[in-house]
Amino acid sequence: MNIMQTHALEISGVSYRYGTKLALGDVNFTISPGEFKVLLGPNGAGKTTLFSLVTRLYHTSEGRILVRGAALNENPARALSCMGVVFQQPTLDLDLTVRQNLLYHAALHGLSRRQAVARMEVELTRLNMSERMDERVRNLNGGHRRRLEIARALLHSPDLLLLDEPTVGLDVPSRRDIVEHVHKLSRHDGIAVLWATHLIDEIHEGDSVIVLHQGRVRDDGSLADVVSNSGVSDIAQAFDILTDSRTS
Amino acid sequence: MKLTHALRCLNGVLVREALRFVHQRERFIAALVRPLVWLLVFAAGFRAALGVSIIEPYETYIEYEVYIVPGLVAMIQLFNGMQSSLSMVYDREMGSMRTLLVSPLPRWYLLLCKLLAGTLVSIFQVYAFLVVAIAFGVQVPLIGYAAVLPALIICGLMLGAFGMVLSSLIRQLENFAGIMNFVIFPTFFLSPALYPLWKMQESSDFLFLLCRFNPFTHVVELIRFALYGQFNIQAAAIVSFALLVCMSLAVYAYDPARGMIGRKPVGN
Repeated sequence: MNIMQTHALEISGVSYRYGTKLALGDVNFTISPGEFKVLLGPNGAGKTTLFSLVTRLYHTSEGRILVRGAALNENPARALSCMGVVFQQPTLDLDLTVRQNLLYHAALHGLSRRQAVARMEVELTRLNMSERMDERVRNLNGGHRRRLEIARALLHSPDLLLLDEPTVGLDVPSRRDIVEHVHKLSRHDGIAVLWATHLIDEIHEGDSVIVLHQGRVRDDGSLADVVSNSGVSDIAQAFDILTDSRTS
Repeated sequence: MKLTHALRCLNGVLVREALRFVHQRERFIAALVRPLVWLLVFAAGFRAALGVSIIEPYETYIEYEVYIVPGLVAMIQLFNGMQSSLSMVYDREMGSMRTLLVSPLPRWYLLLCKLLAGTLVSIFQVYAFLVVAIAFGVQVPLIGYAAVLPALIICGLMLGAFGMVLSSLIRQLENFAGIMNFVIFPTFFLSPALYPLWKMQESSDFLFLLCRFNPFTHVVELIRFALYGQFNIQAAAIVSFALLVCMSLAVYAYDPARGMIGRKPVGN
C-alpha cells in the first residue's frame, strides 16, 4: 500500500443510534494528508458523537472507519497511534504541571522520556509556552490550557489531528491564535485536521467543509463548492440553508 | 502490544497517580485518620464489650486493638478502591479519562495500569497506618510487615477492580455518595473486620452466611494471616477468584463495543 495515497481518515457508511434515536445516519467522507477539514454543524448535529466514534470511545457498529488505512475496529492500536485528539471538554490534569501532563501523555503513547522531552520543547516553543513548563495547569488561563492540549495532542507526531470545538469559551484573540496555529500545522507539517465547530469565522479560504445537520452530511467539498452548491455568496448563508436555520 | 510501550504506559500511570496522591494531602490524611479513629476510639470503647477468644492465627488471647488491625488495613484498601472508582467517575465526567481510553493500548491493559496504580497508593497508606499503629503500641510480628505485602497487592487489586465495576455503573458524580454508603457499609460490617464471625453466628445464622459469602471477609482473613506470617490458602483462592470476576466485569464494562460506558450522548 502506498502510504502517500492512503487517506488520513476515511469514514464510510457510519451510523449511530442512542437507543432508537438516530444520532448519525450514513456518514461518508475522507480527509487527505495536509487537508484542513471543518466539520460544521449546529449544536446537536452529531459532531461529538462522530468524534467519539472516530476515537473509539464509542463502538462503530454500522459502517467503517479507517485511519491511515488501519481499520479502527480491527486494528485499534495502529489507528489510535496515528491520531491526536483535542476533546471539547478540557482533559488536562489541573493539579499537575505542564511538564507532568505532557510526560503522562507521552508515556501513554510509548515515547521514551528523552523523546518526550525533545517533542515537548518543539511543541511548546511553537506555542510560545516553553517557559511555562513547570507551572501548574490550574494556574494557566483558558487559552493557554487549550494550546497545551494541542501541544499534547501533537506530542506523538500524529498524522491526523481531531479537534472538537476547541475554541469554545475562549476570548477572540485566543480563538484567533489557535485557529491560525492549527492551520499552519496543516499547511507546513502536512497534518490532516478535522476541526469541529459551529462558528463560521473559523473557516479559512482553502479549507474543506462538511456540513452536518441532524446526524446527516448535508454537503461536503471545498469552501467554494459548498457555497456555490447552495447558490449563495458566502458560507454563512450556505450554512443557514443547509441547516434549515434561515429565518424569512 | 510492544513490551517497552506497555512498560512506559504503566510507568506513566503509576507516576501520575502518585503525583495526584502527593498533591491531594487531604486524601492521605483522611485515609490515615479514618482507621486510627477506629483503632484508638472505637477499640477503646468496645474493648470490654467485645471479648475475643483464641482464634487462628493468634496463639493466645489478644487485645481487641490487635484483633481489629487487619480489618482496618482491609478498610484502608476498601476505601481506596472506592476512592479510585470515584476518581474514575470524576475523570470520566471531567474528560481526563478519555485521554487514557484513546491511547493505543488494549483497554484491559489500560485498566490494569489504573488498578496497579491505585493498589500502589493503597499499600503506601497501609504501611503508613501500620507505622502509626506501632507508635500507639499496636504491632504485629516483624515478619508480618513483609509477609503481608503480597496479600495487600492481591486484595488491593481485587477491591480496586470492584470499585472499577461500580464506576462503570454510575452515570453521574452525584449518585456516587449513595452507592458508597450502600456498598461500603454492608461490605465492611458483614465481615470479621471488627468482630470474629462466630460472634455473628451466635446472633444470626443468616447474617453469618452473608458474611461467609462476602469476598471482603476473605480479604480480611488473608491479611490477618499474612500479618502473622501465615498463608490462608482458602482466603487467597477466594480473593483471587473475586479479582478475576471483578476484572473481567470491569473490562467488559469499559469495552466500547459491549459495555456500559459510552452509551449516552455527552455533547453534540
